[in-house]
Amino acid sequence: MTGRLGRFLVGLPPYLWLALFFLAPFAIVLKISLSQPDAGIPPYLPLWDAAAEAGRQWRGTFDNYARLAEDGLYLAAYLNSIRIAGIATLACLLIGYPAAYAIARAPTAWRNSLLLLVALPFWTSFLIRVYAWIGILKTEGLLNALLLWLGVIAEPLQILQTDLAVIIGMTYSYLPFMVLPLYATLEKMDLSLLEAAADLGCRPFKAFLAVTLPLSMPGIIAGSLLVFIPAVGEFVIPDLLGGTDTLMIGKILWSEFFDNRDWPVASAVAVAMLVLLVAPIMIVQNARAGAEDKAGGKGRR
Amino acid sequence: MTVAPAPWTDPASVPLIRFDGVSKRFGDVVAVDRVDLAIHKGEFFSLLGASGCGKTTLLRMLAGFEAPSDGRILIDGADVTAVPPYERPVNMMFQSYALFPHMTVAGNIAFGLKQDGLARPVIAAKVKAVLDLVQMGKFADRKPHQLSGGQRQRVALARCLAKEPKVLLLDEPLGALDKKLRQQTQLELVNIQDRVGVTFVMVTHDQEEAMTMSSRIGVMNAGRIQQVGTPVEIYEYPQSRYVADFIGAANMFEGTVSSASSAGVVVACPELAHDLTTAHADPLAGGHPVTVMVRPEKMSIGRDAPADGFNWARGTVADIAYLGDVSIYHVRLDSGRKVEALQANLRHTERHKLTWDDPVFLSWHPADALVLTR
Ligand SMILES: Nc1ncnc2c1ncn2[C@@H]1O[C@H](COP(=O)(O)OP(=O)(O)OP(=O)(O)O)[C@@H](O)[C@H]1O
Ligand SMILES: [Mg+2]
Repeated sequence: MTGRLGRFLVGLPPYLWLALFFLAPFAIVLKISLSQPDAGIPPYLPLWDAAAEAGRQWRGTFDNYARLAEDGLYLAAYLNSIRIAGIATLACLLIGYPAAYAIARAPTAWRNSLLLLVALPFWTSFLIRVYAWIGILKTEGLLNALLLWLGVIAEPLQILQTDLAVIIGMTYSYLPFMVLPLYATLEKMDLSLLEAAADLGCRPFKAFLAVTLPLSMPGIIAGSLLVFIPAVGEFVIPDLLGGTDTLMIGKILWSEFFDNRDWPVASAVAVAMLVLLVAPIMIVQNARAGAEDKAGGKGRR
Repeated sequence: MTVAPAPWTDPASVPLIRFDGVSKRFGDVVAVDRVDLAIHKGEFFSLLGASGCGKTTLLRMLAGFEAPSDGRILIDGADVTAVPPYERPVNMMFQSYALFPHMTVAGNIAFGLKQDGLARPVIAAKVKAVLDLVQMGKFADRKPHQLSGGQRQRVALARCLAKEPKVLLLDEPLGALDKKLRQQTQLELVNIQDRVGVTFVMVTHDQEEAMTMSSRIGVMNAGRIQQVGTPVEIYEYPQSRYVADFIGAANMFEGTVSSASSAGVVVACPELAHDLTTAHADPLAGGHPVTVMVRPEKMSIGRDAPADGFNWARGTVADIAYLGDVSIYHVRLDSGRKVEALQANLRHTERHKLTWDDPVFLSWHPADALVLTR
């Protein structure tokens, strides 16, 4: 009996943590998204009207969600966010994979230093680093100066305030989140598998495609999710580097919340994003894990 | 019935594998030191030696995973020293098996065949054939993590055999198996080798395994090959103290040559009261320091002095290890040193059963004593 209680107590903290820092805030956001806007403070009405004569009365509404569906702006912003985050994720993968591979195959003595270099940017404020990119990307910025000097271009390029600038900023900011999980899977890979592949007549590049790449799939998935999910909802980078016409869901959310003071619609945007984006990913992941368990279980019996 | 002479005794026979002064250094460590070795077609050759003596390194150089620091390696007459592993006609069975975890058993075996660009039906037929050979046909669709250690080992073997290599390299192939399965698999491996006729080169540090499986054994020590020979040669005629001591148990008597003739060398042994006669015909100069080696099972133990012509030593029984079929007697010589004698327990009760502290004579025939100069 005490054993079971002990196990329960040990298992409790993570759940408490989740409840306190994820479920509770989410419940509040969900509640606001179902409320009617109001001019007061806070700028929404309570779900239950305590002042009603016939006891407490339900005053919740789905109007805010209806607005998301009716106004094409929101859908366009969702799709554009997914597009930009998708491209940034791909760019992170293309840059991060070789980097993680090189670190994982570097002499053991170097690896920690190299990993530290990957994490080094975190020592400077994220905001300052994004501002620095303005200096690099602007028309008279460092990048244009370099390209002009090299003679690659004759006229400065308009990079800042375009989607490209947002993608560059995101790729830069989220790269470590791609490199670290990739490194973790590549580092623990059994190198004798590559020797076995070579022994069986497989050339190194083919062995990479047939052995290393499939075995690093968990790292690719983890890294991509770690980059893609926050990138979709990103606000700071599109706000600072993107143009006024860079439509992203994070910016919409911000302007609903602060400019329009429409907390209910802003909350609805947030909830919809979670449901539309995170839920499918989790379902797919669960299905994958389930399928693997099944395959494993069948053989073990 | 005439038995064909062993290829290694035939000077006209061209070896399949030749190491030509091969050394391998890792920084300051000399892992393999000037090895010359010839292995012939169809052999089951074992590399035997203590941990860290360079067996794996030698094998990995043959597979192409390590480049020799010095020397050349030839396979079938061709210099392969600079040939990458994926172009060598050898296959290695790894100690860890190195099965691809994301592929099924059949996928693992087909992998090597696909590299050769074979047609699908041919691959399927070959996969089936080797799986049947190692009796793993039922497990074709399993993933490696769904197999037992012994089953994985069979798949690893099948994966190599499917490629029909000229040489199959095995690095401690049975290391992960328990004793019973190990013995069973040893026989199976030898059977399979008989059937497919591939040349096997196996690394092991289990001397019993090397003795039962091999056509010849190369004993290694500190990067050098100490001796190459058939199991009988290695056991009965070791050429150095190291090999004598490493393979089986050995009683050693230090001494100097007092006379040498065609009948044998006579050795003066300060530890014993008399000279030891041997049948070892070697023109050694008088005074040459030598070691006389006698295997425990070649020593008789008894209360009575031996017949003339036998060598003998006197002592008391210090310890008896009863192993059922045999007993090992540890006898303390008058010099204080202990030697071992092994006797078969032929009868249930022996009238003159020996026990602790009994004074005994150890005796052995001159032909059973070996003179070692190294
Ligand atoms: N990659 C390497 N770098 C440095 N030293 C190495 C390397 N590989 C092997 N060595 C050294 O070379 C020597 C021989 O190693 P090897 O693995 O060939 O021994 P082994 O005979 O196979 O031993 P075991 O029976 O324990 O497997 C050892 O001293 C080892 O430490
Ligand atoms: Mg080894």
